[in-house]
Amino acid sequence: MAELHDTDVLFKALADPTRRKLLDLLHAHDGRTLNDLCEHLDMTRQGVTQHLNLLEMANLVATVRRRREKLHFLNPVPLQEIYERWIAKFEKPRLKALGDLKRRLERTDG
Amino acid sequence: MARSTFVYVTYIRTTPEKLWSALTDDVEFMKQYWFGVHCESEWKAGSSWKMVHPDSSITDAGEIVEADPPKRLVIRWRHEKKPELKAEGDSLCTMEIERSGTAVKLSITHTIESEPSQFITAVSGGWPKIISNLKSLLETGAAVLRDPYSAN
Repeated sequence: MAELHDTDVLFKALADPTRRKLLDLLHAHDGRTLNDLCEHLDMTRQGVTQHLNLLEMANLVATVRRRREKLHFLNPVPLQEIYERWIAKFEKPRLKALGDLKRRLERTDG
Repeated sequence: MARSTFVYVTYIRTTPEKLWSALTDDVEFMKQYWFGVHCESEWKAGSSWKMVHPDSSITDAGEIVEADPPKRLVIRWRHEKKPELKAEGDSLCTMEIERSGTAVKLSITHTIESEPSQFITAVSGGWPKIISNLKSLLETGAAVLRDPYSAN
């Protein structure tokens, strides 16, 4: 069942190399079937299905039925939220610190 | 497969009616989460649709293919400004709204009959920021990003 994307579910989904590889595969080519994804992984079909289910629960993968096929798409919306919540906010002070350091070092040199 | 698609999904703690209005006729609200851009349309099947920027320029236009408030909206969408994107022709943008527990699931599917598609690459870069802003504006009353490139 789809969940409200809870940060714990999201980070747990990302904390696994196979699931990250699945995201990379979808990033390289979106809208893949389970068979297609299985070809790139040394793992049983059942194992891949389980990983995909976890990614779907975390809302990192969205699926669409097209005729008899189920296609998997990378959903970057939760990653954008991680970016805003956990990266952008820390990035600015760091860049400022780096800029200050550069200025200080250049002043000493001169 | 000569088709490019993306599917973006988000869950927003709001009602289908409020979300529908945020995606369609609430122009001032739309400008807040869409970086000053708003869309103009009658929001009925067959009516024209256009995307208007803060400087009044129109970059994208088309028509409403389906409108079933507050559940489903399909827009035939063409880019009008950059020649290489315009050359790819019509795309189809489908927005689906459904209740999911205490929240509402919004799925946006954008498809064009060409692969690779520069149009899809261009719009797919913008959507996550827009949707993320929309979610935060509906849930907390404040948009997170004021400008699409502010993070740098």
